[in-house]
Amino acid sequence: MANEVDKKEIVEKHRHRLYKYLREEVLPTAFCPGCGCGIVLNCFAHAVDELQIDPKDMVAVTGIGCSSWIPSPYLLVDTLHTTHGRPIPFATGVKVANPDKTVVVIAGDGDLIGIGGNHLIHAARRNIDIKVFLVNNLIYGMTGGQVAPTTPSGIPTATSPYGNLEHPFEIAELVAAAGATYVTRWTTYHVFPLMESMQKALTKKGFSFIEIRSPCPTSYGRKIDQKRGSDTMLEYKESSVRIQDAAKMSSEELNGKIIIGKFVDKDKDEFTDNLRKLNQKVRNEKIGRDPEEWSLS
Amino acid sequence: MRNKNNIDSEYLNRFAGRSYFMQGDEAIAYGSLYAGCDFFAGYPITPASEIAEVMAAELPHVDGYYIQMEDELASLSAVIGAVWGGAKGMTATSGPGFSLMQENIGYALMTETPCVIVNVQRSGPSTGQATKPAQGDVMQARWGTHGDHEIIALSPNSVQECFELGIEAFNLAEEYRTPVIILMDGEVGHMREKITMPLLDTLNIRERRLAEDDELIFGGELIPPMAEFGQGRFIHITGSTHKETGIRDVETQETHEILVSRLCKKIKDNQDKISRYEEIYMEDAEVVVISYGATSRPAKGAILRARNEGKKIGMLRLVTIWPFPEHKLTELGNEVKKIIVPEMNLGQLSREIERFVNCEVISVPKIGGIAHTIDEIYSAIIKEV
Repeated sequence: MANEVDKKEIVEKHRHRLYKYLREEVLPTAFCPGCGCGIVLNCFAHAVDELQIDPKDMVAVTGIGCSSWIPSPYLLVDTLHTTHGRPIPFATGVKVANPDKTVVVIAGDGDLIGIGGNHLIHAARRNIDIKVFLVNNLIYGMTGGQVAPTTPSGIPTATSPYGNLEHPFEIAELVAAAGATYVTRWTTYHVFPLMESMQKALTKKGFSFIEIRSPCPTSYGRKIDQKRGSDTMLEYKESSVRIQDAAKMSSEELNGKIIIGKFVDKDKDEFTDNLRKLNQKVRNEKIGRDPEEWSLS
Repeated sequence: MRNKNNIDSEYLNRFAGRSYFMQGDEAIAYGSLYAGCDFFAGYPITPASEIAEVMAAELPHVDGYYIQMEDELASLSAVIGAVWGGAKGMTATSGPGFSLMQENIGYALMTETPCVIVNVQRSGPSTGQATKPAQGDVMQARWGTHGDHEIIALSPNSVQECFELGIEAFNLAEEYRTPVIILMDGEVGHMREKITMPLLDTLNIRERRLAEDDELIFGGELIPPMAEFGQGRFIHITGSTHKETGIRDVETQETHEILVSRLCKKIKDNQDKISRYEEIYMEDAEVVVISYGATSRPAKGAILRARNEGKKIGMLRLVTIWPFPEHKLTELGNEVKKIIVPEMNLGQLSREIERFVNCEVISVPKIGGIAHTIDEIYSAIIKEV
């Protein structure tokens, strides 16, 4: 009995300082060995801790897929685990109803750019103050490695057994073009810039978007001779090119490279601000239907 | 978000005590505002767009929010998100959009999210006759989303009733913590009639029951209380099978059985309480016409004509279509000789009626975007009495 108490004390004493951001009862995580989701979770918890955001003031919204499990159930915040592809419109409702909360979407490429791609570009266009962290592993991992809209051409997958015939989305570029005010791309190898970028995304008002390239050895890596997560991490290390340097390179030179860094950092009026201003204006100026005029006499 | 102050009542009470000439769609919108709706997300579609148009114009006055989303999937998603943020939320659509909403209707059922979905039915399948009314979504409202579930669906037949059911839908949604469908038809949606609006204080508006302390929000009682974001409860909401705490448990058979059985039971056990219907000339009726929505109006005309000729015919108008008033129908089936069911589809509700009655059921279907005439229903009746 005494031993057990000691053990508990020791566990408490050596508990990681970020443990408080996790739902203890659901640990350990279900992520495969070599998966990048744990790194993303770690970076996110660090960013939140660094900014001293009270978890009570945050809502995490997520969809369907492995990376959707990063917030649901592991993060200890109010969590809305939605239907496949729809976390961004769910988050839109959450943010409009709770403008003071930090509303975060963490989900995968299949969810946010595959089935839910339309919502992603529309939220960017609206410039609603939600923070989207898209974990891009280039594959449908949870369902067993089917080809995704992010899978590079030629790659064999469970549903492209003779090689992918399609061309992938470049997501960060797409979201930048759609009007987001903060867009970056990093990989799970670049943890410090990723953490820094997450902090920036969390504090900058407007639609913030980070594409995070992340290994999936189970469903993707093994198809391209990257059987361990560390193999993919090595690729990230060797093939990543800073966006400033990429600007000076030809498209041939950029073939197979991952362009990392900041794509957009600009200011634009924000959607929920505009909604509030409208309400004030309409009520101050009393513009609208006049019952006296409208009614039957 | 729902920091209700007297702005709402002050603004809405300006409309009280006067008569207006408006469409069913508009009346639904005003009813929802009276019920406290402060969030609307939608996508334009005929014949439901007027609901969105009124909400866009009026919500800012009651400090609510209107968003036009990129599609109907996003519309219901945003509504559900806003509801968990404390709003009373609604969306409105027609057949094609209603089809797109089915997955999220299931999500709202599974997560017990009170919200209102208006389906102003138009002629289908597919694009069908986009501008023409129909009643073809009776079964889609019942079984459109996958898995076992029970649903509430209301069917107004006048502009005044659109206003009333706009309020009733929100009250039912909050009381049973479930999505409620207003299953109207394009005929009623676009019809203009005189209506009056009451003072807000004269209405019974059901407010949300929020959990206290450590009350469970996904079990523990038949209809558990809700929680909202930002209370520090760290609530976990998922459409996956979950425990009473909200945490996902998709492996245990009992967890699923307990959850889904309770979700069905909370509606099923209260079906007599939820059911609303109108009875006309039922005292001595030997033949009864059962109808709902727009069809009930020519049906009433036909019955009045037949009554004038001394025929013993009555009418049962369903105001709630789902949950189906099984007990009432079984009783009725023992009392009358025949039941006649005119509807603007090929016989969706008549088949449901057949399941519960002993007497003969005669379907009087009509499709093609034009409502039954009094003559058509009268001829169908007169053959049977």
